[in-house]
Amino acid sequence: MRLEILSKSTNESFARVVVAAFASQLDPTIEELSDIKTAVSEAVTNAIIHGYEYNEGIVIIESTIEGNRIEIVVEDKGKGIDDIKKAMEPFYTSKPDLERSGMGFTVMETFMDELIVESQLGNGTRVKMAKVFHSLVDKE
Amino acid sequence: MRLSTNIVKDYLIVAFEGELDHHTTEEARMKIDSLYYDNNLSNMILDLRKLNFMDSSGIGLIMGRYRNCKERQGDISIVNTNPSVERILRMSGLLKIINMYSNIEEAIDGKRGE
Repeated sequence: MRLEILSKSTNESFARVVVAAFASQLDPTIEELSDIKTAVSEAVTNAIIHGYEYNEGIVIIESTIEGNRIEIVVEDKGKGIDDIKKAMEPFYTSKPDLERSGMGFTVMETFMDELIVESQLGNGTRVKMAKVFHSLVDKE
Repeated sequence: MRLSTNIVKDYLIVAFEGELDHHTTEEARMKIDSLYYDNNLSNMILDLRKLNFMDSSGIGLIMGRYRNCKERQGDISIVNTNPSVERILRMSGLLKIINMYSNIEEAIDGKRGE
């Protein structure tokens, strides 16, 4: 599945609903689905606020399913992250004036099983996340 | 997202309905702050029972309102019964500084009991 959206905040809910619909073929629990929606929302919001800094750009969302594992990639071609380690620290935000909680990456890490963040200044950011659906494993 | 507000004594009661994300927090923040300051209120109750989605933008919104209430020596509490909303609230540590109740009456009584 591949989805390209304009970096507008109205598209955040659209992006998470599309990924949730794609994930639903794995018959996830309500909690698993909610985790995925939240993680996607965080990644897309980051792309809009930090990647493109509210300027117009394209956010690319790709998702694949293999067995009982879903992989989701959220990519922007925005400004990139200078210090990924720092950006991932809980409560750290580069935009405190916007009342951001600084919890975005922490939420993604907590709600997903894997999280890899790649970024290059001036070239954008790629967030790769994966989750294994235990609801399916338990049934088998 | 729908926001309904109610003022009871010096409490601003804000009921959220729908999805609270980056997009919807912007409008909620302006509406809550203008009611809170224009009516010179000190306490706030955030009713999240009808939220079916919240991400860390919602955490940021609540943290900001917490700061505003503390600045005025007021109190802020959360009313919530939704497990997925509770999960992110707990994860963020917000529930260590803000009390959570299952209904509005309890939230008001809880404050009186302190």
